[in-house]
Amino acid sequence: MPINVISAGIMTTIQDLGRPGYYHLGIPMGGAMDRFALRSANLLVGNDEGAAGLEAVFLGPELEFTEDAVVAVCGAELPPKIDDVEQPTWTALSVRKGQVLSFGFLNLGARAYIAISGGIDTPPDLGSRSTYPIGTLGGVDGRALQPGDSLPLGISSGKATPGTSVPAALRRLPGSQAELRVLPGLYWHRITEGAQQGFFDDTWTVANEADRMGYRFKGGRQLEFVPREQPYSAGSNPSNITDACYPYGSIQVPDGTEPIVLHRDAVSGGGYFMLGTVISADMDLIGQLQPNTPTRFVKVDMDSALSARKNRSSMLDGVRETVD
Amino acid sequence: MSRFTFGGDEHIFVEVAEAMSLEAFFASLSMTNAVRAAEIEGVTEICPANASFQMRFDPDQIHPDALMDRLRLMEADAAKAEAKLDTRIIEVPVFYQDPWTHETLMRFRERHQDPNGTDLEYAARINGFDTVEAFIEAHSGAPWFVSMVGFVSGLPFLYQMVDRARQIKVPKYLRPRTDTPKQTVGYGGSFSCIYSVRGAGGYQMFGITPMTIYDPKQEVPYLKDFMVFFRPGDIVKWRPIGSAEYDQMIKDVQAGRFEPRIREVVFSLDDFNADPDGTNTRLMEALYAD
Repeated sequence: MPINVISAGIMTTIQDLGRPGYYHLGIPMGGAMDRFALRSANLLVGNDEGAAGLEAVFLGPELEFTEDAVVAVCGAELPPKIDDVEQPTWTALSVRKGQVLSFGFLNLGARAYIAISGGIDTPPDLGSRSTYPIGTLGGVDGRALQPGDSLPLGISSGKATPGTSVPAALRRLPGSQAELRVLPGLYWHRITEGAQQGFFDDTWTVANEADRMGYRFKGGRQLEFVPREQPYSAGSNPSNITDACYPYGSIQVPDGTEPIVLHRDAVSGGGYFMLGTVISADMDLIGQLQPNTPTRFVKVDMDSALSARKNRSSMLDGVRETVD
Repeated sequence: MSRFTFGGDEHIFVEVAEAMSLEAFFASLSMTNAVRAAEIEGVTEICPANASFQMRFDPDQIHPDALMDRLRLMEADAAKAEAKLDTRIIEVPVFYQDPWTHETLMRFRERHQDPNGTDLEYAARINGFDTVEAFIEAHSGAPWFVSMVGFVSGLPFLYQMVDRARQIKVPKYLRPRTDTPKQTVGYGGSFSCIYSVRGAGGYQMFGITPMTIYDPKQEVPYLKDFMVFFRPGDIVKWRPIGSAEYDQMIKDVQAGRFEPRIREVVFSLDDFNADPDGTNTRLMEALYAD
């Protein structure tokens, strides 16, 4: 029995943990921008952590249930409402057949993850239900939700306990100022020492061009390049390189002006130099940044990146224990 | 020697050379093939590019430094491997100066270096050709290597198999367009490309191919096994076609009757360097032998 989409918010897409394995053909992994939040929501409703749920940006959808279910909303503080009664986030909630799940106004963060017991059961493409509109893959016919869509559900495990909550200490949202840890590398040597310093000293703000492909930042000083004769196969701008692969999380700075951090729906390559990469532990956080959020990039080394990653993974263990 | 660097805690990026060359492309391709064959635990993605490559790994399964050490050792072995490739050559029909890319390039003229001409007229002029026809002959004469597949879904970048002096060079648009027709044959820097889907783009637009190269629904018979047509290492020969043939091919593609001309070939970089034109002639013979 499906869920009926009454309204779809600004941009609500079906996402799971993505389809790694095709990046060498230009098909990005995709999947939830905030993977921790999607996993948490799935755990709360008794799903596999990688089941498909909904990623709603800034504004929630309105969904009518045609069967009883358990739902959970994690990630952004986008308060869920069941038949207009406000409910807590990060909590397993019972929804009865015929009830409507809607949302209040966004308090904090940018993307809410809605998991429903049984998981959304649209047809997978290349092993994933994640929506990738550029390639018309996953989702509902390769696109975001629209009013009138009906979303099939899988079979519920029956393991969820309504009322269960993820403890506040395990939730992660940006403060008034965000910090993103960066491992310098890739074409780091292309900018001068002064520019390397300036990149980390300056406070940047999230630009309006911030989506699943990448987040653009503005407001810092323009980066100065080490002079060189450009390779003939690269463009003439000093920020150009011979077209190469782009790591997820890599930071390119076209013309040295506005850094772009590539995210889950990254373009797989191109001709701009990159000065480093946001560490894996901080990728989820990017998905929760609203435009205009002041952001500092913080320089770290590989050991710090790996210990931050461990820390994230023990937080997830904490969520797993909570629902057990 | 290649330059090895980390892309965060999940990627290793290897720059074989700063500038594109067939040697750099072959070194990158042979390294990625060697890494794939080694089936290293924890390596999840291997992406060859023009003169560089990248791999993604799970640092919970293999320490980044351990993987880096292993790659450096493998580079020495890969360098010894003969630069030889079992691959395929494919004829790709191109309708140069077609009405669709023409309409689009007129729409974005103010973003172009030469607002009073077309992309082809501009490319011909700055590369020293007297006519657009002569330029098209150069573009479609010698074959091309698919040196990278990416940017977005299944988009091939191609590099022409001629010596440096004969290579076409055209800058990208001054400011990228917000629209490019699907299957546009484009050009930027020293690379051709085929836009696999409609969308933004900065490459000059030369023409359009009727051949579907990305089909997520996998309804096109020759994309039944996989939705993406091109692979790095493919060799492409453009064949100029006119409007009537284009229309017929579009009908054939839609009816599932179109089959691209594809032949298996072996390419040796040493043979090519010794005699580029002779090697290309033999490739054409293999493509059109029957």
